[in-house]
Amino acid sequence: MWAILWKDLLLELRTKERVSSLFVLALLIILVFVFALTPEQLKQPAFGSALLWVALVFAGMLSIQRAFILEQERNCFAGLLLCPIDPGQVFFAKFLSNVCFLIIVEAVVAPLTLALLSLSFSVSLLGLVLVLLCGIVGFSALGTLCAAIAVRTRAREIILPLMLLPLLVPLFIAAVNVTGALLAGEAWTGTWFRILVAFDVIFVVTGWLAFGFVVQE
Amino acid sequence: MTQRTQQTSWVVEARNLHKTFAWTPVLSDISFRIVSAEVVGIFGPNGAGKTTLLRLLAALLTPTSGRLTLFGSASSELAVRRKIGFLGHESYLYPDLTPEENLTFYGRAYQIPDLKGRIAQQLEYVGLQDWRTMPVRYFSRGMEQRLSLARALLHAPDLFLLDEPDTGLDPRAVSILHATLAEAKEQAKTVILTSHDFERTRELCTRALILHRGRIAWQSEATLPSPQEFVELYTACTR
Repeated sequence: MWAILWKDLLLELRTKERVSSLFVLALLIILVFVFALTPEQLKQPAFGSALLWVALVFAGMLSIQRAFILEQERNCFAGLLLCPIDPGQVFFAKFLSNVCFLIIVEAVVAPLTLALLSLSFSVSLLGLVLVLLCGIVGFSALGTLCAAIAVRTRAREIILPLMLLPLLVPLFIAAVNVTGALLAGEAWTGTWFRILVAFDVIFVVTGWLAFGFVVQE
Repeated sequence: MTQRTQQTSWVVEARNLHKTFAWTPVLSDISFRIVSAEVVGIFGPNGAGKTTLLRLLAALLTPTSGRLTLFGSASSELAVRRKIGFLGHESYLYPDLTPEENLTFYGRAYQIPDLKGRIAQQLEYVGLQDWRTMPVRYFSRGMEQRLSLARALLHAPDLFLLDEPDTGLDPRAVSILHATLAEAKEQAKTVILTSHDFERTRELCTRALILHRGRIAWQSEATLPSPQEFVELYTACTR
């Protein structure tokens, strides 16, 4: 598993394609919203929360698609399947590399969003980090599973969003609600947070168990 | 009278293998057994099912029906995969990584001890030690195929599966490949390879079989036919 993770990080260090394109896309989305909304709207926690997650979902989609396209070149994914590695471990490695890239992007994008939206930094930063991490974990788990299915199809660029976005709806709603509550300084550890955590657990376990069937030709 | 039963350990045992893609049969009723130290050549025209058969043996595909065991276990078992070296049409190498990095990745995946030394040895063997720090993207087809051979040999497998291994190779690379196969034969390793060129492959093979339209059309006995006889057989089988 660590061999795959090491290779993914090394490939990114070599090409810098993934993180750079994710930054540009996430920043572009935020800038569009900043210019489109009035200063009053921007100060509302609900807008800030939605903006953070829209940027994350689209940047994340790009990241996950890129992760598997790299494996398709020279059919490296088959090379990976030849190795004596359990498919569940392959899933975890690809999942962890996606989590790493999204954390790097979010480490820059989230503070920038808060600053651009003039949102108060008095919010529980630890809580925000935890919620973002939960969202990234759920997104990466489901995204890795769906990308492994989509990458073998001819229209993979279309299939992945078609498959992934509807399945992400519960995560997206829960994450926006929890982040909104956090930014508004309200209680945030209620039902929506539990849904977010449950989504993570369900799709990490599903991905680990189902990956072997998904990657089988 | 005591009857002694000799226990034969099959490296490959295929019984009534069938493989279907989208309701189209690609392999039908494939049965054969291969013992240790055999070098088996699989011949056949394009679309005969040679690559599909090798991919089944490498556990990259699962048979639709039938039974396939390698070293006495299911081919998908991790311990079995460790014993297989596969060289296919594609190199399975990451173009943005250098030969050293590619081999380090595969070496770690196979948990090879003294990996650095083994990589240096393999790169020297395939004549790529001077290019060890250049990304594979800039390699010619022949160089990439040589590195792919090093990848397949890195973990010293007991069973080599080679899918038309000499395609696109320059004469030097062909001689490296043939030396590798001869060495494997000496070390009593098992080799299964597909090829179009019987004449060139003949001296390496101990057995041959012809696939046609997804079925085994012919299997050799203890001795291989001469090239001339083989051409006649091949023509008759694939007519």
